[in-house]
Amino acid sequence: MTESFTSKAESNFLRIEAEEICVDYNGNLALYDASLKLKAASICGLVGMNGAGKTTLFKALMGFIRPSRGKIRINGLTVPKAQIEQAVAYVPQNEGLDCSFPVSVWDVVMMGRYGSMNFLRIPRESDRRAVWHALERVELTDYVNRPIGALSGGQRKRAFLARAIAQRASVLLLDEPFAGVDVRTEKLMADLFLQFRQDGRTILISTHDLGHVREFCDLVVLINKTVLAYGQTSEVFTSENLSRTFGGMHPDPISGAASLE
Amino acid sequence: MINLFTSISPLGFLLEPLTHEFMRRALMVSALVGGVCGLLSCYMTLKGWALMGDAVSHAVMPGVVIAYALGLPFSLGAFVFGVGSVALIGFVKQKSRVKEDTVIGLVFTGFFALGLVLVSKIKSNIDLMHILFGSPLGISNLDLQQTLIISFIVIAILLIFRRDLMLYCFDPTHARSIGINTGILHYLLLSVLSLAAVAGLQTVGIILVVAMLITPGATAYLLTDRFDRMNYLAVLSSSISSILGVYISYWFDIETGGSIVLVQTLIFLLAFLFAPRYGILKFTNSSSP
Ligand SMILES: Nc1ncnc2c1ncn2[C@@H]1O[C@H](COP(=O)(O)OP(=O)(O)OP(=O)(O)O)[C@@H](O)[C@H]1O
Ligand SMILES: [Mg+2]
Repeated sequence: MTESFTSKAESNFLRIEAEEICVDYNGNLALYDASLKLKAASICGLVGMNGAGKTTLFKALMGFIRPSRGKIRINGLTVPKAQIEQAVAYVPQNEGLDCSFPVSVWDVVMMGRYGSMNFLRIPRESDRRAVWHALERVELTDYVNRPIGALSGGQRKRAFLARAIAQRASVLLLDEPFAGVDVRTEKLMADLFLQFRQDGRTILISTHDLGHVREFCDLVVLINKTVLAYGQTSEVFTSENLSRTFGGMHPDPISGAASLE
Repeated sequence: MINLFTSISPLGFLLEPLTHEFMRRALMVSALVGGVCGLLSCYMTLKGWALMGDAVSHAVMPGVVIAYALGLPFSLGAFVFGVGSVALIGFVKQKSRVKEDTVIGLVFTGFFALGLVLVSKIKSNIDLMHILFGSPLGISNLDLQQTLIISFIVIAILLIFRRDLMLYCFDPTHARSIGINTGILHYLLLSVLSLAAVAGLQTVGIILVVAMLITPGATAYLLTDRFDRMNYLAVLSSSISSILGVYISYWFDIETGGSIVLVQTLIFLLAFLFAPRYGILKFTNSSSP
């Protein structure tokens, strides 16, 4: 069951448009003049060191923090409109949730469908199918009835990814989805992302693993409080760019291992 | 007392009080209010709003006094002050560096003190004891009507926004990301809290309302891992406690609010000890999955 977003995927439809975003936390600048344009059907890696502003960029794109300057459009819409249209799904870095909350894995993934239901949020058959399908994609079907608190960290991560899948958004913002997951899940996610790109969706993934970026991101953004470099992975991943991104400590673009200049 | 036990059959024990109009009313109101507060208590415990519940229930005090003095429905005054206190807490927290629990404690004691001062100054026929400790056995017609209306409003809101409120308590970030206005949900929940506090005040009084708003939820939370089941269990345990409490209060001639809350506490204690999975004395046989 694959749905296609090709109506908007054709031509050069812009899924994410951020122009000169500035964000400060009580006067501390976290991001300035960050600009980014992502077309339909692309996977973009977001790379930068700790504190570079990756999570901040995600939060700005989700409208959780208001940029002091700049303009953001998602599928050509303002952020609130895009959210109401279920255009964008977000999986935070660490959910910081109360995992003793009495909900099952099924309930959690169903929450991805709420935005498409009527105001009483009564699931239709199609919603149930979407939830099941999403659980299949992350191989969690054996755990549907488990309380969310009874999952391991990596399984929980997959559950929240399944929720984003169930939402069927055309834009996915994933903050470090690969942190703390095993090799098998990594592979599973990578396949999933490639499939999503074929469907015409756009994915922005922050990661510290440059190997992943090489493997399946067609685009990459290097940031350190601002966008340092942006473009095709092969062109952007130069040792000079990486050195600027990581402030002298630059990871080898192939292996990802750090080496000192 | 002794005579009662020897002269009345167990069935009579249950039925005799029902021959009194005031007891029928007290039982009905208490069960309803118990159910309403029990339903809300799920959200209060999951959201960690016990202190907020305490605050709102105490802060309605001056509103009740002023409303009585002006001849307005007391629930109106209580609601205004309940919501007002919440707004004030939010405002002070935002504008100062004082921590939230401090602000909550500060605001509600201030309001409560104001209520006490007003009661002593405004010479009216308000019975302070009724406000503080509730009096389901002597509930007036007007109070009864108001309590019924409030209860139905609270139930309606909690049922209609059940899923959204659950999501808001569990994962507000996700709620926002799918376009749900969490600001509105926040204030909706606080308004419902004010209303429920007003209803609960009828049966157990201001001082003990907070028990109605957290104990059933806490009990149910020990018994299940499903939100829906938690709702049923909280409503059930809360209504049963209220009914039992009223009966006990009638037979032993003890204070009604206290007896209702004591029964609730006892039920919590039972769950705490014997809950299948989360009780401290786990009796689950190891063969079950
Ligand atoms: N709520 C906050 N209040 C104040 N400063 C913050 C807040 N959140 C982040 N910052 C600061 O903003 C900067 C960017 O943080 P951000 O979380 O976006 O980094 P990141 O790139 O996601 O890092 P990591 O790789 O560690 O996840 C950091 O210097 C951080 O200290
Ligand atoms: Mg981060």
